[in-house]
Amino acid sequence: MPRIGVFVCHCGSNIAATVDCAGVAEATRGFPGVVHAADFKYLCAETGQNLIRDAIAEHRLNRVVVASCSPRMHEPTFRKAVAQAGLNPYLMEMANIREHCSWVHADRQVATAKATEIIRMVVAKVARNEPLTAKQVGLTKRLLVIGGGIAGIQAALDVANAGYQVTLVERTPTIGGKMAMLDKTFPTLDCSACILTPRMVELSQHPNIELRTYAEVLSVKGFVGNFEVEILQKARKVNHLTCTGCGTCWQKCPEKNVPSEFDVGMGRRTASYIPFPQAVPNKPVSDTANCRSVRHLAAKERGEKLMECRVCEKLCPTKSIDWEQKDEIIVDRFGAIIVANGYDTFDHSVYGEYGYGKYPDVITGLQLERLMNASGPTKGEVVRPSDGKHPHSVVFLACVGSRDDKVGRPYCSKICCMYTAKHALMLKEHDPNIQTYVFYLDIRAAGRGYEEFVRRVQEEYGSTYIRGRVSWIYPQDGKLIIKGEDTLLGRPVEVEADLVVLATGITAASGAVDLMQTIGISYDTYGFINEMHPKLRPVETNTDGVYLAGCASGPKDIPDSVSQASAAAVKVCGLFSQDYLTTDPMTSVVDQMKCVGCFLCEEVCPFRAVERETLRGGKVVARINESVCKGCGLCVAACRGEALNLKGFTDQQLLAQVTALLRA
Amino acid sequence: MSTYAYYPGCSLHGTAKEYDRSARLVCQALGLELREVEDWNCCGASSAHMVSHWLALSLPARNLQPVEKMGLETMTVPCAACYARLKDVSCELKDPEVRAKIGRVLGDQVTGRVTVEPLIGTLTTQEILDKAASLIVKPLTGLKVATYYGCLLTRPPKVAQFDDPENPQSMDRLLRTLGSEVVEWYFKTECCGASLPVARTDIVLDLSRKLLAAAKKAGAEAIVTACPMCHSNLDSRQGEIRGRYGDDFKMPIFFFTELLGLALGYPARELLIANHLTDALSLLQGRGLA
Ligand SMILES: Cc1cc2nc3c(=O)[nH]c(=O)nc-3n(C[C@H](O)[C@H](O)[C@H](O)COP(=O)(O)OP(=O)(O)OC[C@H]3O[C@@H](n4cnc5c(N)ncnc54)[C@H](O)[C@@H]3O)c2cc1C
Ligand code: SF4
Ligand code: SF4
Repeated sequence: MPRIGVFVCHCGSNIAATVDCAGVAEATRGFPGVVHAADFKYLCAETGQNLIRDAIAEHRLNRVVVASCSPRMHEPTFRKAVAQAGLNPYLMEMANIREHCSWVHADRQVATAKATEIIRMVVAKVARNEPLTAKQVGLTKRLLVIGGGIAGIQAALDVANAGYQVTLVERTPTIGGKMAMLDKTFPTLDCSACILTPRMVELSQHPNIELRTYAEVLSVKGFVGNFEVEILQKARKVNHLTCTGCGTCWQKCPEKNVPSEFDVGMGRRTASYIPFPQAVPNKPVSDTANCRSVRHLAAKERGEKLMECRVCEKLCPTKSIDWEQKDEIIVDRFGAIIVANGYDTFDHSVYGEYGYGKYPDVITGLQLERLMNASGPTKGEVVRPSDGKHPHSVVFLACVGSRDDKVGRPYCSKICCMYTAKHALMLKEHDPNIQTYVFYLDIRAAGRGYEEFVRRVQEEYGSTYIRGRVSWIYPQDGKLIIKGEDTLLGRPVEVEADLVVLATGITAASGAVDLMQTIGISYDTYGFINEMHPKLRPVETNTDGVYLAGCASGPKDIPDSVSQASAAAVKVCGLFSQDYLTTDPMTSVVDQMKCVGCFLCEEVCPFRAVERETLRGGKVVARINESVCKGCGLCVAACRGEALNLKGFTDQQLLAQVTALLRA
Repeated sequence: MSTYAYYPGCSLHGTAKEYDRSARLVCQALGLELREVEDWNCCGASSAHMVSHWLALSLPARNLQPVEKMGLETMTVPCAACYARLKDVSCELKDPEVRAKIGRVLGDQVTGRVTVEPLIGTLTTQEILDKAASLIVKPLTGLKVATYYGCLLTRPPKVAQFDDPENPQSMDRLLRTLGSEVVEWYFKTECCGASLPVARTDIVLDLSRKLLAAAKKAGAEAIVTACPMCHSNLDSRQGEIRGRYGDDFKMPIFFFTELLGLALGYPARELLIANHLTDALSLLQGRGLA
């Protein structure tokens, strides 16, 4: 016989303000099976939990209903509390009278009645609860990091230093991400490469880290502790085991006119190349779209003629060039994944008023970083792309592709105010006679030392800040005319410039949505990853065992990206410190007597938890792999023969709930 | 023959008679019948929307009603300012609440079914361009023009739905079809001072001067417009600009329909080009076009 105890929580005034809690407790005393009912100010507090534990002993309760907040909040708390009193934790059910009732109603009488009905249903359910036991499964203590920017690098190093094996997958030929492209970094102006490259080298030499550049993740199966991942290693046409990185091939490659991705089109590279001198690995990749020998092979297959080149093959001292090398698929197992795929910058070619991306002397912030960089295409000389001349007057535009509904980007990119101030300062350092103007909407400089930095740029470095959006840029006599409004003076302004730099906003990395879908994690309309909880679980995704770091979840500067990476690393280490994972016992089960083997369940299961089993008579039926099953219940709904049931949410329990409500 | 409701607006009955005349002539030649909207009233530009939102909607809305009664679906509008108001209200009328309210204001049922087009749009569909090409009598070969769309035709982009809000193309295509050379310049959609010539002549002089200077610099011999207000500012203020700034542009300003009419063989006299305040005939005579 069920002996049910009902505990009604006031949640301070959150519930008590609209629900008569004592009245509700009183009303539930008459419900079938209820032998005890009480109300209390804060059930989640230690005193509240004691109240429940004592009542279990005193009234010999074998079922408990806690009527309070959403189970998303405190289910683990109360399960633990009843377990301490010797009850199976799954014999406790929560009735949500806060989110589902007190918070959404104003009329006290109606809310009180509704709370009573909610509890009536849960009482009917809990009477049919069965004790459940959680299972334990082993885990693979290896981490997969996707993306080799500063966030991915930091996370990989932290976890590897804790003694766990890490594989880092980066899709370009080198790690380093955007930070490798930067010149100096705000607000302290340390040289980006100087602080980054030691980490890149440390990573490549770390005994616990396997680095896979020029590689991508193809598929992810499995679950926390046991992911099975397919990784595509793209053919580099260079054998990295024998290559010594001597540089002969990229120095001699005759195909010298490929726009460099790393220099954002400001410079050129060869077909066999390393993106920049300190690239890690410091070994080349032959870019198949541009390599003459690869193109020759492809042409031959199509029966066309094309001159073959093979210069690198002839000159390579270690004979490492391998035209036959093919893309390869590697299957590996990991216990956790950190997604650090970073960001891209907004494509400003949608702005007709700024010349549709066609004026050569209208460049982006990232392009300016490459021009200012001593190892960049101009060796650190800031010159105009159109004629190679030094600019004397430079205009910066903030919020390009940010805070602009017109282009579908309402959000603030957070870092561009700061990097624009940095650019204005650096240009003055390069040439004290240069004039800089910054058109801005608001200055967002909320970080330690950030506001002071912007002030310095305005006051000491004499940059003219004009508040307003630029409406129009057009070329005239070899210069650019910038028109806008000074919204502080309420007057139109016109500035003549040699160079215009657009602070293009932060967007999700290209291919981000595909990647999120491959992994199975949720993302927002812009392709940024959604955190499990924006405040309390900022580096976890909605899939157990998958974590995030850096700009993958939205605009961030380097300090924020690194902090997140270390936070994600701690989460992974916490996971790996366990030898077993406890799985939720609320999985579905097959009644094999009823199963007709139609396998509709197999088709609908998003987690591939349905397996096939041949019974002695030869009948093939479904079986659920309990460590894979997430308890989503899709199969239960799909099964036409009622052979499936979900533990903790059986058909019988749910029907009892509905019946209780309808009979009342 | 396709038939359009034609809303001339006050300018085309007054200061821009040549636009009206040339528009009617070229449409006839191209097989488009224009039927003037019966009992039309002021579109509300450019003052109604400064005083009352509902007045600014009701005035143009009242011009859409007769179109349906005339059994027509599409209205073509030569004036850019009228077009902006009429197009705006035709979009607003998609909202049933707005429809109901305006219906009450006008004391008549409003359906909002009429489509509003600018005349420059009506006359630059591929079909019309092909037809014009086949009817050219006097190609405008060698005539270097700057196309000037003005600020109202393409804005706001969501309402106007013009080909490209920042670098519009349709007038360029038309003039190239007629054989003229279209110069590249960046002032296609800049403001000429619009309705300010009386209240703030200084602003109109400043802005119009910039436009004229830019067109001249780009190598244009003439500016082509699709708006009576732009035409009036650029055409009639060149003397004052000379007086104030010393620049003597002598830049002929045409309506696009005038150049289309010339190419189709209409004499300049019939197109009323002599009405312009800045001499345009000398240029045309020099080219054997008038
Ligand atoms: C012009 C400019 C100036 C800046 N200046 C500063 C500054 O001075 N100070 C500062 O603190 N911050 C600055 N920032 C911000 C800084 O760049 C970022 O905070 C930082 O780079 C974020 O690192 P990340 O690792 O999250 O992303 P990223 O650097 O973008 O790295 C992501 C990596 O993941 C890889 N990747 C992407 N998709 C996949 C995939 N599907 N599979 C495998 N790999 C993938 C990418 O190739 C890349 O290597 C600046 C940004 C810009 C645009
Ligand atoms: S950080 Fe500054 S420049 Fe960037 S979007 Fe926000 S307000 Fe605009
Ligand atoms: S409940 Fe069914 S569908 Fe859902 S994960 Fe488990 S087996 Fe798959």
